[in-house]
Amino acid sequence: MGWYDTAVKRRDVLKGAGCLVVSLAVPGARRAMAADDRPLWRALSPGQLDTYLKIDETGRVTAFFGKMDMGQGVDISIAQIVADELDLPMDRVDVVMGDTALTVNQGGASGSTGIERGANPLRNAAAEARRVLLELGAERLEVAVEEVAVAEGAVHLRADPARRAGYGELIGGGHFDVRLEWNGSYGNALDALGSAAPKDPSEYRVVGQPFPRRDLPDIVMGTHEYIVDVRVPDMMHGRVIRPPVAGSVPVSVDADSIGAISGARVIHEGDYLGVVAEREWDAVRAAQQLEVTWSEVEPPFPEMEELYDHIRRAPVVRESAGGGRGADVAPDRDAVEAALARADRVLQAEYEFPFQSHGSMGPACAVCDYRGDSATLWTGSQKPHYAAEGVANILGLPAGNVRGIWVPGPGSYGRNDAGDAAMDAAVMSRAVGRPVRVQGMRAEGTAWDPKAPASVHFARAGLDAAGNVVGYEMRMKGFSAGDVESNESNPSYSYAGALLGWPNTSVHRLSNPGDRYEFPVNVRYWQTIAPLLERASPLRTAHLRDPLGPQNHFASECFMDEMAVAAGADPVEFRLRYLPDGRDADVLRAAAERYGWEPAVPGPEAPPSDGVVTGRGVAYTRRGLPVVAVIADVEVDLDTGRVWPRRFVVASDQGIVVNPLWLRRTIEGNIIHAVSRTLHEEVRFTPERVTSVDWISYPILEMVDAPEEIDIVLVNRPELPPYGAGEPSTRTVPPAIANAVFDATGLRIRRAPFSRERILAARRASADRQPG
Amino acid sequence: MAVITLDVDGTAHRLDVEPEMPLLYALRDELGLNNPRFGCGLAQCGSCTVLMDGQPIRACVVPVAAVTGKVQTLSGLGTAEEPHPVQQAFIDEQALFCGYCMNGWILYAAALLESDPNPSDEAIRQAFTGLKCRCGSHSAILRAVKRAAATLSNREG
Repeated sequence: MGWYDTAVKRRDVLKGAGCLVVSLAVPGARRAMAADDRPLWRALSPGQLDTYLKIDETGRVTAFFGKMDMGQGVDISIAQIVADELDLPMDRVDVVMGDTALTVNQGGASGSTGIERGANPLRNAAAEARRVLLELGAERLEVAVEEVAVAEGAVHLRADPARRAGYGELIGGGHFDVRLEWNGSYGNALDALGSAAPKDPSEYRVVGQPFPRRDLPDIVMGTHEYIVDVRVPDMMHGRVIRPPVAGSVPVSVDADSIGAISGARVIHEGDYLGVVAEREWDAVRAAQQLEVTWSEVEPPFPEMEELYDHIRRAPVVRESAGGGRGADVAPDRDAVEAALARADRVLQAEYEFPFQSHGSMGPACAVCDYRGDSATLWTGSQKPHYAAEGVANILGLPAGNVRGIWVPGPGSYGRNDAGDAAMDAAVMSRAVGRPVRVQGMRAEGTAWDPKAPASVHFARAGLDAAGNVVGYEMRMKGFSAGDVESNESNPSYSYAGALLGWPNTSVHRLSNPGDRYEFPVNVRYWQTIAPLLERASPLRTAHLRDPLGPQNHFASECFMDEMAVAAGADPVEFRLRYLPDGRDADVLRAAAERYGWEPAVPGPEAPPSDGVVTGRGVAYTRRGLPVVAVIADVEVDLDTGRVWPRRFVVASDQGIVVNPLWLRRTIEGNIIHAVSRTLHEEVRFTPERVTSVDWISYPILEMVDAPEEIDIVLVNRPELPPYGAGEPSTRTVPPAIANAVFDATGLRIRRAPFSRERILAARRASADRQPG
Repeated sequence: MAVITLDVDGTAHRLDVEPEMPLLYALRDELGLNNPRFGCGLAQCGSCTVLMDGQPIRACVVPVAAVTGKVQTLSGLGTAEEPHPVQQAFIDEQALFCGYCMNGWILYAAALLESDPNPSDEAIRQAFTGLKCRCGSHSAILRAVKRAAATLSNREG
């Protein structure tokens, strides 16, 4: 038994909580590192060194990390950073994360900030711990602190390194009881400073090394536990019942229809409907067999073919040239019109991007054990602290009375269905007074997860006679990205909360492309439209890996290519004309250099008629701090419409490189996930419902279409802090592929995804326009 | 309900379940195994893959009564001390992210290399038709399978 077991033993601290045994065999001693004397999370002070670090009697260090790793090795990088500050070998640092009783809320996985922000308090705490250990060591060796130094987990006398005292001897098992200066924030913004300055990066020995992931062998051997493997005594199995027409609610439920299934029960509260049973298979059958009379409602959605026309026509709810979370900024339309009026040539284009699903590998699962005045939540959510707060809120409990324990889920790329499953398990556990495990069927993860919003992007640019840009306008119009905020503490944002009458707190926001192009007139703004169905919609929107990045950059980086073609320019050179010297231009040059880019205007000399043709396409972005440039080599089969992005060259500047192995893997995963979104992914629907319910109706990348090579250039910036790499390269893929398809075929595809049908249709349309 | 006998990873089990219960639920809920896992319930993704007499099957759609052969799960393929060469290659290549889909990839790779110890890139890609990975580990998986093939051919050579 490992850290689950630890969680159980300490559960008696929770008022009213009985003993709970979790039947999980956790292999290895590694996870048993969770400290057994840590206070409940509410008492964990972000201003205490002990909150972040513990050193046991053997000198082994445990770092308590309040963010999450979703399979990209973030925890390994944290261990590296702590190891360096404490002059420890990597194998003496463990990282605990995801348990609200053991870690402070650093915001979970969020915006690729795991290292960029999440490492800061741990780095500072480790530096402060090193300072304290030096003092303790000097005291032990009875010398002045100036006379001692630290190496390999021990304090030694500079003049006589054989005289030493290990960390374990100095503090082993005890508390530092040293205050840090906490900035007063929780979540992503949490930071804490000690009096000791962290090391200069030139002193790093562990940071920069390619350490492998520690959980990976167990996964490969089939012995790793996932959220679906959590089993609690007396646990029931629950399933949520969804309406046949989006927006309809249960009017009456025939409980007798599942009477033949032993132990099956209906849970019907407000408009929320579910079933529970003693065995999982019985819950599945009960969900299938339950007879429900649903309310009659108007079908809420347009025909799918009318989606983009609907977006074009719909009234604007909110408009801004600024960020989605700030005050509205009026776009300077007059400046654009004046610039375009001066131009020799005006280009315009419209790009369309569909709703997309998280479609995690398995539908979400959660277990909740509600005990009247407390509860325990096991969740695969990437924000377990907020998820536990959300469960406390929906159960009407003080936040400190719900403990959240993260257990790895079936993939997480934002606010997927895991945030709903946590609430479902809580509501069902309260209803039956027993622990309940909820897991969705495939449709729950594809049809009913919150979606990345669909949008239309309107681009205009004026060029002078020499092909210089004199004015630029990019307008995104679409469904707000904020139907469901990614912070899971508000039940209003959950499916269950919406049906239990929590008031709608959706927000209207979108965003603009991220780049550093300097055009003389450069106006970007966005416009939201009303949702098609206000509450509990299968098309409600939320964060999905690189939120709004693929949509915005499909438009902006394709349009850069269209401008380059119009200007008769090479697309790399054309971009460099408008980028200031520095990191952005350096990254684009690094990609071009690795690729062996020879300048040329994109497009075939003559439209090809059949067979397989090849092309290359480039795209660049700056996502806040990280900078990425991508070049794609693409094959297009004009007879079948198949687009195969065969090779990618990626240049990435994310500040100092902490772990090059997992940085490369992370970028590779981004590229491939984004290839899937670019070529295949589009949520289908009818006026009544979402009809993408599985991998046939929501196709994703198959191995036959996976890239052959992804060549990654890491632009290391040891003088800069580490920036997030978990998402930025995602957004470069749709435009890089689209630009390469144009280069190969002369076809400008402005609607994603680039399915075979769409390529063939574009070919036919192009042939119709070219007589003879 | 019916009494069913299952041989799983070398151990015989007697179950009293509905014969139409999918093997997946029998393995997980009746035998308490953590592998395989539910991904789609429709034989579209491979997360539930087990081997039956060495051939991959999708446990989510095979009724437990239809299981006639010996079942091997991912955790029965190798041990931590002695991993299967495919498992070792996946570790060496760090070929996964969330890893939820690994039952399918590793067991299909093991079955492929059993029948074709030196498969071409194309043969590997084709053998994986119908398997899904959502995090984007495809390229790393291809590298891992090629590494495993090289290991096996070195052993035999």
